[in-house]
Amino acid sequence: MQQEYLLEMRGIDKAFTGVKALTNVDFSVKRGEVHALMGENGAGKSTLIKVLTGIYHKDAGTIIFDGQEIAPKTALAAQALGISTIYQELNLVPFQTVYENIYMGREPRTPIGTIDRRKMIHDAREVLEGMGISIDVQEPLRQYSTAIQQMVAIARALTINAKLVVMDEPTSSLDAKEVEVLFAVIRRLREQGIAIIFISHRLSEIFEICERVTVLRNGELAGVFNVDELDTQTLVNCMLGRAFTSAQRNKGAYAFEDAEELARLESVSWNVRLNGIGVDIKKGEIVGLAGLLGSGRTELCNILFGAEPPDDGSIFWLDQPGDIRSPRDAIRLGMGYCTEDRKVEGLFLHLSVKDNLTMAMLPQLTKNGVVQKKKQDAIVQQYIDRLSIKTPSSEQLVRYLSGGNQQKVLLARWMCMNPKLIILDEPTRGIDVGAKAEIESLIQEFSAAGISVLMISSEMEELVRNCDRIVVMRDGKKLGELTDEQISMDDIMDTISHGASEILTAKEDERT
Amino acid sequence: MSTGPVNPITLERPPLSDTLRKHSPVIMLGTLLLINAIFTSNFFTIDIVWLIIIQCATIILTGMGQTMVIATGGIDISIGSQMALAAVVCAHMLPYGILPAVIAAILACAVMGLISGFMVGKLNVSPMVVTLSMLLFARGVAQVLNDGRILYIDQYKNFEFLGQGKILGELPMQIIPIVIVVAVVYFIIEKTAWGRRIQAVGDNPTAARLTGINATWTIISAYVFSAMFAAVAGLVLVSKVGAADGSNMGRLAELDAIAAVAVGGTSMAGGRAKVMGTLLGAIVMQLITITVVMNNIQYEYAQILKSAIIIFAVFIQRESRA
Repeated sequence: MQQEYLLEMRGIDKAFTGVKALTNVDFSVKRGEVHALMGENGAGKSTLIKVLTGIYHKDAGTIIFDGQEIAPKTALAAQALGISTIYQELNLVPFQTVYENIYMGREPRTPIGTIDRRKMIHDAREVLEGMGISIDVQEPLRQYSTAIQQMVAIARALTINAKLVVMDEPTSSLDAKEVEVLFAVIRRLREQGIAIIFISHRLSEIFEICERVTVLRNGELAGVFNVDELDTQTLVNCMLGRAFTSAQRNKGAYAFEDAEELARLESVSWNVRLNGIGVDIKKGEIVGLAGLLGSGRTELCNILFGAEPPDDGSIFWLDQPGDIRSPRDAIRLGMGYCTEDRKVEGLFLHLSVKDNLTMAMLPQLTKNGVVQKKKQDAIVQQYIDRLSIKTPSSEQLVRYLSGGNQQKVLLARWMCMNPKLIILDEPTRGIDVGAKAEIESLIQEFSAAGISVLMISSEMEELVRNCDRIVVMRDGKKLGELTDEQISMDDIMDTISHGASEILTAKEDERT
Repeated sequence: MSTGPVNPITLERPPLSDTLRKHSPVIMLGTLLLINAIFTSNFFTIDIVWLIIIQCATIILTGMGQTMVIATGGIDISIGSQMALAAVVCAHMLPYGILPAVIAAILACAVMGLISGFMVGKLNVSPMVVTLSMLLFARGVAQVLNDGRILYIDQYKNFEFLGQGKILGELPMQIIPIVIVVAVVYFIIEKTAWGRRIQAVGDNPTAARLTGINATWTIISAYVFSAMFAAVAGLVLVSKVGAADGSNMGRLAELDAIAAVAVGGTSMAGGRAKVMGTLLGAIVMQLITITVVMNNIQYEYAQILKSAIIIFAVFIQRESRA
């Protein structure tokens, strides 16, 4: 007889050197359901998942999986029981082929003991096709997009006969279309009776794909809901434990018609990613770049900031031809750039909060090459207070801060420079709801203080909430601009697809 | 409260191991001193202190430059050859006076460092390969200049004072370059914007560039300084020995320097420079040799012990994967 619940965790306690991370948490997942696990950063989601997958050992409580009490000692043991995890940072080997990645560590053997490549290739193809993905499994993994790589990770989980798949922020680096592909796969898995624990900061996704939600707060169970009986406000309030309102741009008429222009890109081309695009930014305006992954949004920012030289086209700053040949030139003009990937392109992980915050400002803080400690400390403290950066001290290594606080450090790095333009590439990715709202209201403050903002976000709602004007991009071209009441999710999607169909017709015209 | 087993993979490291990690060079030095207090007779004499200063000088001097280079995410394995080059250039220039000889030696090495730094910082060639080539090149130049012979310089008594002289009674002359170089490097790393940049470039080159840092010049400067400090080490050594041997002088000196940096707690992947750590690391390395020798154990055992200490030091300082 099969129990209704595939997984039941009861009364889970977990403490780290005296600090309680989980207190008496109950968590259960039904067979074949997609179950969202929600909570702010530090609420205990990851700890709970790590207890489940054998990376941490619980202090108290029971875990019943598939009718049996389990206590996995290692991730491998949990995997053998049928619990697989797709991590945020995929642990695949990019230089190996797709099929090698799927079977890594448990390659099928031929009778004489060598690796049976033919079987691996055949089976890998079959598993992926079962998920609705047809790719050449003999290509190295890095040939494919993040989305496909994630599919490969899921395929790997399936070949281990997973009954429960844990997905930790699987959509954080996917664009809207790729998310659809992922969701299609998730639905297929659900039909096969596989249960999924889905962790995401994007609320809309919870409502789209999940059946039930468990919310954690401060290491305790805050609530369990059926998604069809739930609305956004209730969910967010439950996560935060308080009423919550998000920042909202005053959606009056477009107020920057006659404003002075700050920067302008004219028919810029770069590589194959940008094809003669022109964008302008007015003083104090918040301009959003919308588009799918690969539409050239990040590349546009890189060129404006001098990180890449354009192949063609020109940049104007305050109506003068901008001589921007390196980020140093851009910084001198008054730009700041918070890159898409905090850890890879933004932070100095082994240096302190203080050093990270003042790195760009050092030239102003030095006298004869020596850093003026008093001045530096004053600035650092000022921004720690102003942005309420949670850190034990300014000497704390930045790697120990949460994602939201790391992002605030990066924002502060540019804020202290008195910039004229701040470029934000995915400023709220991987950040919990509370910190997200704080960062969004900061963006509004920039604009109020006359600082222009150029922002990229894969979350359309975020652009809609914050921007005065949205530039919709596709294939390195501008498809259109939206202002005031035109700014809505539907309009953005319309523009993307309208532009897309236009491009398609153009291609068909070429053929005929 | 918690009664379960302590899990070793928790990110929240207990404070004890953190402290241990932070102060590992001091702890290692303390342990070595303790071992000597128990097993080595006549260890705690002032003569031993002078001996340590004299013998440590080259490791400390080269280790300081190495700390800067490693902090930028690179490595400089050419410093042994740089020492030899400095010694040979100096020996050739001594007839023109001590100051011209010293300046010429330091300049010659600075040029070598500039070449290495340019290849690494501007042309993006792997530091290991660049400085390996420099190791051969500088050694080759030193040998060519000396025509394969050993140049004796014992007629220049004033110059020999640098490596053999005493000041304030018993204090070996080596203390002066050591104090100056350590102070300069400590000041650079801890107090100047340049020092912050060196560590920023080593930590995350992409982020450094996007923060407006000129990574190329930062890297070049580290290699130039490393070469110049190696030159000082070569000068100290040649004046102590009284002869410039282009073929053998400074051989494997880079290994001691790198080991001192590793033991001192500077991240081998770049980003975190521990100047005082390197100083302690250098003393630890030399103290091992002294301990072994004073206990009448064959010198070869010192090497085995050193290797174990290096691995141990790097092991306890390894970082948990976040």
